[in-house]
Amino acid sequence: MIRLSNVSSRRGAFALQSINLEIGDGEYFVLLGPTGAGKTQLLEVIAGVQQAASGEIWIDGENVTSLPPEARHIGFMYQDYLLFPQLSVRKNIAFGLRRMPRAEANARVEEIARLLEIEALLGRRVLGLSGGEQQRIALARALAPRPRVLLLDEPLSALDPQIRRELRRKLRSLHEKLRMTTLHVTHDFEEALALAGRLGVIHEGAIVQTGMPDKVFRKPASAFLANFLGVENLLRGNVVRRHPEGPRSGESPDSEFDAEFDAGPLKLYVIAQREGPAYAAIRPEDITVSREPIPSSARNTLEGTLAKIERSWPLVRLTFDVGAPIRVPLVAVITEQSLHSLDLALGARAFLTIKATAIHLI
Amino acid sequence: MKKPSLLNLVFSLLGACIVLFLLAPLLKMLLSSPATGLREALGDSEVRRAIALSLTCAFWATLIGAVLGVPLAYLLARRSFPGKHFIEALVDVPIVIPHPVAGIALLLVFGRHYFGGEFFSRLGLAFVGDVPGIVIAMLFVSCSFLINAARDGFRHVDPRLENVARTLGYGPLRAFFLVTVPLSWRDLLSGAILMWARAISEFGAIVILTYNPKVASVLIYDRFTTYGLNYALPPALTLVLLSLAVFALLRGISLERGPGGAA
Repeated sequence: MIRLSNVSSRRGAFALQSINLEIGDGEYFVLLGPTGAGKTQLLEVIAGVQQAASGEIWIDGENVTSLPPEARHIGFMYQDYLLFPQLSVRKNIAFGLRRMPRAEANARVEEIARLLEIEALLGRRVLGLSGGEQQRIALARALAPRPRVLLLDEPLSALDPQIRRELRRKLRSLHEKLRMTTLHVTHDFEEALALAGRLGVIHEGAIVQTGMPDKVFRKPASAFLANFLGVENLLRGNVVRRHPEGPRSGESPDSEFDAEFDAGPLKLYVIAQREGPAYAAIRPEDITVSREPIPSSARNTLEGTLAKIERSWPLVRLTFDVGAPIRVPLVAVITEQSLHSLDLALGARAFLTIKATAIHLI
Repeated sequence: MKKPSLLNLVFSLLGACIVLFLLAPLLKMLLSSPATGLREALGDSEVRRAIALSLTCAFWATLIGAVLGVPLAYLLARRSFPGKHFIEALVDVPIVIPHPVAGIALLLVFGRHYFGGEFFSRLGLAFVGDVPGIVIAMLFVSCSFLINAARDGFRHVDPRLENVARTLGYGPLRAFFLVTVPLSWRDLLSGAILMWARAISEFGAIVILTYNPKVASVLIYDRFTTYGLNYALPPALTLVLLSLAVFALLRGISLERGPGGAA
């Protein structure tokens, strides 16, 4: 458990302003914010390598505010990993195991290396390893001493997109196995959605909103947030394969299949890469609005009521309530001209068509 | 062929002049010593003693400089504190003041009748006219080289590496020895060698504090003034060869730097 109460800290001209945050045991909490929002500074204050100017930091019921970092038992990983270049991979991972008898420490290194699938690298030097390899070694080094909590500073942002997806999955499965209380900071909203149990948003040194990811995305508490998140339509649901017996080219984890996205009152046809809980993001310009349903099996057609019209010439932002009786807002953007020819007024019924491929699953 | 530009032509000519100016005296010294010069010098027990004294005193000065100066260098690299700029400037001062002046200044503190001299004389340590005087003269004029090299070396080690070591259960002192020192040892070693070499070559400050026993540089001066050039040449040649060997070692260490500066 991590609890911050009124934590402030100042470095140069930048200040963290009375941060309050509570992260439960085994929770994976993602703190989302733009570059320069104070994310790294907050992690350094929790880890103790920077002093808090005021406030209290509690870890697992212990007040650690005045403890040095070496007494806090926190696993900490920087964005650029910072492996010790003078040491081998094995010695890097074993670095935090100095109090353990040698045989036990060796066993622990092997165990954690197996978990992260880096056994083959143990004898290697650190120089010349790929970013993904370094990331997993840094993670192993942080996890080896069994810290009480894990702090991850932009753990995926220095990687290529392909490796990033792979390691995102790895982080997720690792968390499912270890249930380590984790605070992960990132500027990437997709990463946040993919991993977060709960989500917080940090802006200019203050936490501006916390909650379940879909709530935060759907009801951003400020204009900054809405802008920063940049996603207007976000649904939480479950991906189910449509043809469970169908052809499975499923050897590669990236292979795609037809699926249904079940979001309570809404059911959408989607192209998915994996089953289970997920978020679906739909860009407002990918929603086609019409008075009559457009017949097509490859498309999703939803019936909705126009609830809000916002004009910003030449575009119009339309908010529809769909999925009655539970009302789910969906935002579509069309041109002023289309609105005119559709002849829609508030309360009018219309059909929203969304291609399966326009639904982005996270 | 391309016509050499005016810049290349003029700058090369000017550069050649200074290269020649540096090279000629050294070459001349090697060539004009009698062929038996080196053997003769090493056969002379006074020369051998003087050179050994130079080497050992320079070693002690470097050791004291490392024990007292490296911690200061770390503070200068990592912390900000009032008076930091003053201390950084002060460290460079011995490089710019004339060395006999440094010797006189040291005399005013460590001379027999001054407080430093009196304090240490109670511990049985005399500076003027004795070996400790040589060591402090060397320390004063050459510690800047080690302190500056160490400070720059520490600055090149990412302080967040120390942070990582801290979160893995190490106190600041252990993090320093396990992370910072191994990553900056080249700078520390080359700084120490530079300091040692600078200490061996010192004359001005030493001659004020301790004329006897004579270090190599004082011996060369003494032979030159009492017997003349031909008597000064063999020990001078020996000292030059020794200095060049140390210098070659130093260049070897700083050129070997691998990627990331680590071995």
